[in-house]
Amino acid sequence: MTKYLLKRLFAGVLLVLGASAILFFAGELLPGDFASRMLGSQATPEAVEALRQSRGLDQPALTRYLMWLGGLLQGDLGVSLTNGREIGPLIATRLSNTLTLAGLAALVAVPFAVGLGTLAAMYRNTWFDRLVLMLSMVTVATPEFFFAYLAIAFFAVQLHLLPSISIVTSDMSFADKVPLLILPVLTLVVTTSAHMIRLTRASLISVMDSEYAGTAMLKGLPQWKIVLRHLLPNAMSPIAAVVVLNLADLIVGLIIVEAIFAYPGMGQLMVDSVSKQDVTVVQACGLIFAVTYIVLNMIADLLAILLNPRLRYKS
Amino acid sequence: MMLSDARPPRVRRFRLGWLPVSLAAAFCAICLIAALAAPWIAPFDEAEMVGMPWQPPDATFWLGTDQLGRDMLTRIIYGARTSIGLSFAIVTLAFAIGMSLGLFAVTLGGWVDQLISRAVDLFMSLPPLVLALLAISITGTSLVTLTVIAALLAALRVFRLTRSLGLDIASREFVDVARLRGDSTWSIMRHEILPNAAVPLIAEFGLRFVFAFLFVASLSFLGLGVQPPTADWGGMVRENVGAFNYGHMSPLIPAGFIALLAISVNLLGDWFVEKRGKM
Repeated sequence: MTKYLLKRLFAGVLLVLGASAILFFAGELLPGDFASRMLGSQATPEAVEALRQSRGLDQPALTRYLMWLGGLLQGDLGVSLTNGREIGPLIATRLSNTLTLAGLAALVAVPFAVGLGTLAAMYRNTWFDRLVLMLSMVTVATPEFFFAYLAIAFFAVQLHLLPSISIVTSDMSFADKVPLLILPVLTLVVTTSAHMIRLTRASLISVMDSEYAGTAMLKGLPQWKIVLRHLLPNAMSPIAAVVVLNLADLIVGLIIVEAIFAYPGMGQLMVDSVSKQDVTVVQACGLIFAVTYIVLNMIADLLAILLNPRLRYKS
Repeated sequence: MMLSDARPPRVRRFRLGWLPVSLAAAFCAICLIAALAAPWIAPFDEAEMVGMPWQPPDATFWLGTDQLGRDMLTRIIYGARTSIGLSFAIVTLAFAIGMSLGLFAVTLGGWVDQLISRAVDLFMSLPPLVLALLAISITGTSLVTLTVIAALLAALRVFRLTRSLGLDIASREFVDVARLRGDSTWSIMRHEILPNAAVPLIAEFGLRFVFAFLFVASLSFLGLGVQPPTADWGGMVRENVGAFNYGHMSPLIPAGFIALLAISVNLLGDWFVEKRGKM
């Protein structure tokens, strides 16, 4: 058990290192180095050489990779390739915006999806169950922007209830931000819930036929009590794992949803930087997204083990 | 939908009715015909400005016009050509790379297999969209890089599937029999392993097609995929977003086509698995 956990943690550390190596060495494929690209073709050779020296670009790639990693650990994300500004402060406010959006989406999506999945399992094979399954199949196969624009067309264009773009600023209070956040959160909830709904339903159905569920029913317990007290705890292990996996997927959805609503978060920054070919900013954002993704995936694996007593004792 | 495929195994408790399946098939067929015969059936030229911006649908412009006064139906038809054609190219390339690497890893085994598998694990531990954005920030946007990046990302999944199918089938008795009979490795692969892997591979082809299609649509929507004036459904959503300011619903037309085609191909895939799974 402990051995497995340590092994999984070690693998996680290796994956993070591997991801950082991919991000760093992909940047090495660029023609020309940082100094000549940043200063442009007008720069004097002396100026390029000076910048090269000051940023340590005369070192071999491996040394620079280690320097980049060392800087990251101390919170130094480097400077932007296009405007030479520090990336750290640039990302800081955007990261908190993104975390607000992701946190709210998770806070709504998880209870919504687990609740809907539970209801579908309780009313298995009725029209309600079929409707939930059908809708979840539809949402799995549709892009974020379809729902986002459907919501915008209805709530913003037709009803004039909510704004269609969500540019939040740091001097806004949380209450001011709420109306701006509703549509992005709604879009993320709709597009992330499908897997969670389906898996909650499937896991509950798989424990419904067990003997203890039958005993509880014969004891005369009300159905909601059976579900809450006996079935959900036993189905928890796969549900928890898939919930965390979907939070990892939420990151990817965020990138697109932020671009749709012009929401000033990390995803929008990354997309903007890609079109400006500002590779250093793309690397920094990419690393933050990648590490979060890897860590969440690792937590999902660990949760699946920790919450399942059978797996716990076997290993 | 999410641009990564942490997909649970398909568990279906009720059978698909004939109606959704035939509707899906009909829609796929229409899109396919539009894609193949675009220049002959489109009422106007791909980039021809024929009216005012965002005219509502009428007898001449069945779906209205876009932000530059081009016929929306024409753009949708040409867009089908780009979006579907590109997705097919991506998935075909992905299968060529993924399947040959997978079969290579299974046949050689040992450290070669370990090396390829661990590298694939590493790339699969990263969100695909983040990898694609990184690659595009370095290469810039072009159809070739878009195709190669999307194909490599899809090839990771194809590799895993081929490898696990290969390992599973290679441990069966009929493969031992063929080996004892003295068949060559190539002949065993061709006559024993591939036929048995056909159904899951075809189903995977459908799934990969949907992902490639949505991936290209999303990247084009972000302005990082197919570039104007080439019509492509994701890019058309982006181009027409301004219509909302004037109360027009134009962006919903290409977005709706994307959603409908993705759902239809998914449904057909499910139906195929259901049908073959019973045999």
